[in-house]
Amino acid sequence: MALYRAHVLVCRGTGCTASGSGPLYETFRKELARRGLDKEVMLVETGCHGMCEMGPIVVVYPEGSFYCRVKPEDVPELVEEHLYKGRILQRLLYTTPDVEKIKIPHYRDIPFYGKQRRIVLRNCGYINPDNIEEYIARDGYQALAKVLLELPAEETLDIVKKSGLRGRGGAGFPTGRKWEFARMAPGDKKYIVCNADEGDPGAFMDRSVLEGDPHSVVEGMLIGAYIIGSDEGYIYCRAEYPLAIKRLNTAIEQAEELGLIGDNIMGTDFSFHLHIKEGAGAFVCGEETALMASIEGKRGMPNPRPPFPANSGLWGKPTNINNVETWANIPQIILNGAEWFSSVGTETSKGTKIFALTGKVNNTGLVEAPMGMTLREVIFDIGGGIPNNKKFKAVQLGGPSGGCLPESMLDTPVDYESINATGAIMGSGGMVVTDEDTCIVDFAKFFLTFVQNESCGKCPFCRIGTKRMLEILERICEGKGKLEDLDLLEDLAQKVKDGSLCALGGTAPNPVQTTIKYFRDEYIAHIVDKKCPAKVCTALIHYTIDPDKCIGCTRCARECPVQAISGEVKKPHLIDQDLCIKCGRCMAVCPVKAISVE
Amino acid sequence: MKKITSLEDLRKIKEQSKDLTSARSGGKMRIIVGMGTCGIAAGAREVMTAILQELEKRGLTDVAVETTGCIGMCQKEPLVDVIRPGEPRTTYGEVGPGDVPRIIVEHIVNGNIVEDKVVGQTD
Repeated sequence: MALYRAHVLVCRGTGCTASGSGPLYETFRKELARRGLDKEVMLVETGCHGMCEMGPIVVVYPEGSFYCRVKPEDVPELVEEHLYKGRILQRLLYTTPDVEKIKIPHYRDIPFYGKQRRIVLRNCGYINPDNIEEYIARDGYQALAKVLLELPAEETLDIVKKSGLRGRGGAGFPTGRKWEFARMAPGDKKYIVCNADEGDPGAFMDRSVLEGDPHSVVEGMLIGAYIIGSDEGYIYCRAEYPLAIKRLNTAIEQAEELGLIGDNIMGTDFSFHLHIKEGAGAFVCGEETALMASIEGKRGMPNPRPPFPANSGLWGKPTNINNVETWANIPQIILNGAEWFSSVGTETSKGTKIFALTGKVNNTGLVEAPMGMTLREVIFDIGGGIPNNKKFKAVQLGGPSGGCLPESMLDTPVDYESINATGAIMGSGGMVVTDEDTCIVDFAKFFLTFVQNESCGKCPFCRIGTKRMLEILERICEGKGKLEDLDLLEDLAQKVKDGSLCALGGTAPNPVQTTIKYFRDEYIAHIVDKKCPAKVCTALIHYTIDPDKCIGCTRCARECPVQAISGEVKKPHLIDQDLCIKCGRCMAVCPVKAISVE
Repeated sequence: MKKITSLEDLRKIKEQSKDLTSARSGGKMRIIVGMGTCGIAAGAREVMTAILQELEKRGLTDVAVETTGCIGMCQKEPLVDVIRPGEPRTTYGEVGPGDVPRIIVEHIVNGNIVEDKVVGQTD
């Protein structure tokens, strides 16, 4: 094996790929070959580094230099400076977003990573996910070997139970106990399922793990299968995740080649076969009974529980379902022990949680934080706060099933119990941050629209109730709301929760309930004052031109798509309110800020 | 590829693939070659190639080879620094490809400084 003195890691997660890391990788390949460095500098494609905001990301080792927003044009200079002459290219280093604009040369010194604790994401952005050998080099499949060859099955189960690991899909059920139920369930044929049907808007935790370190999920599933006594498993991954599916397929193929999946694994009598089932993108299929129906080839609709999957799941056989992140935790827990894992986190929530940090936050990206860290630390210390000096308004936790929390709740620690107490849920880990320019009623409407569209229609309350709730919200946004609407919304919300079979309906009203709870004033402003404080709801705002400030440059009139602005050159202009569609383009182009919105 | 049937097989693959990611972890021996214009003109490229070949020949995968720019002592180029964890940084001057095996065997492997080539030491 040739010795490489330097490694160039080009991020090929979905985020960086979207910002152009494909052509970037090719340019690196050609440039290194042109300079004759291709035999001493290794070029590696990796999974997500988490700092998608700064993509495409390139990390050069051994120095660990972290280059941001690298374009193909930058490659010749970067190769010449860093790899040929050994000078770090200052221009492309990560720069802190605050006023000081400090350039940080080392990966480990970037504040975004400083407060994180990477257990599940330890390999993401560090190894080539398409190469099983790199995974093995980082202790990959050692946990499986330990479980198959050294530990009695009861002891492994005990480690998982004692670790305190709870399901990362959202509900937080203790993983060890879930495994025990499936292990104890009578039956020769049992199934293992990985729920990778991540459908929340703004969530990409599972996708990033599958793309960046697919073997960790496969290894976790193998261990679970062995403990439960299953010989067959499914990964249910949405078809909208083509890269994750591609990398999973490669990972499974490579594991099969090495005999880590198949018959008589590692010379034992344990055999396991793993399939990928591509989901068609229905949100409800993330619910476990609907997911199993979908695997069986039926329409993805939830079924009543009990019977629980542990007793009667896929094709009526005992089945254990865990989420991607849960599975990826398993190998590390087996290798490092239950005590190591339970030393991270809080009393009832152990380990770490991955969050997809999106919305109005500086460091959009993927974050893994120890349980118990406060929302403020996640959003401001790791996330770098709100861009453009805007004010923080709210954070939506747990996607459309979750809740919306105001600034006063920012010191809530992130653990299952504390988050549930606020009315939000941990959920799978979506974290959408909003600033003062977001209308909270509109925000709640967005999430409700999503669940309303995704309701499978089985339960009337979820099917019709969410529709009625949405109509009320639309009415409020149009300035036609009544104060009684708030009571009606709260009443309906509770009934939808009580009258729905599955968690989709059971949590669908959460965004509405929490926004009414924490932002009632803003609802009242819409209903009573007929005003949208964030100036988002078009029916409640109007644009005006200040005749004293207007210089009559005619730019707004030319920009207006509906010819609602009239006026002579060098004389104040006027907006016809009947024609105006409130697109705001006039305000954006006015050179003297003469246009305001109320 | 051969199927893994024992812990030993897995360890073997791990051992073989260690080099794949070893350059990405810190805290080990480092060799730093001065690759400023002065260094390149004095033959640092050839020295670098010789270092990589020697390390490969001896199977020394736990050494990070880095490059650096001009440090101002151009008359002594090619300059090569050796850092063993916990020991002072040793700078060798006027290093030719022929000196490389000696520096690697003596300093990297055995921990003895090659006195006649030393320009200076810093912490």
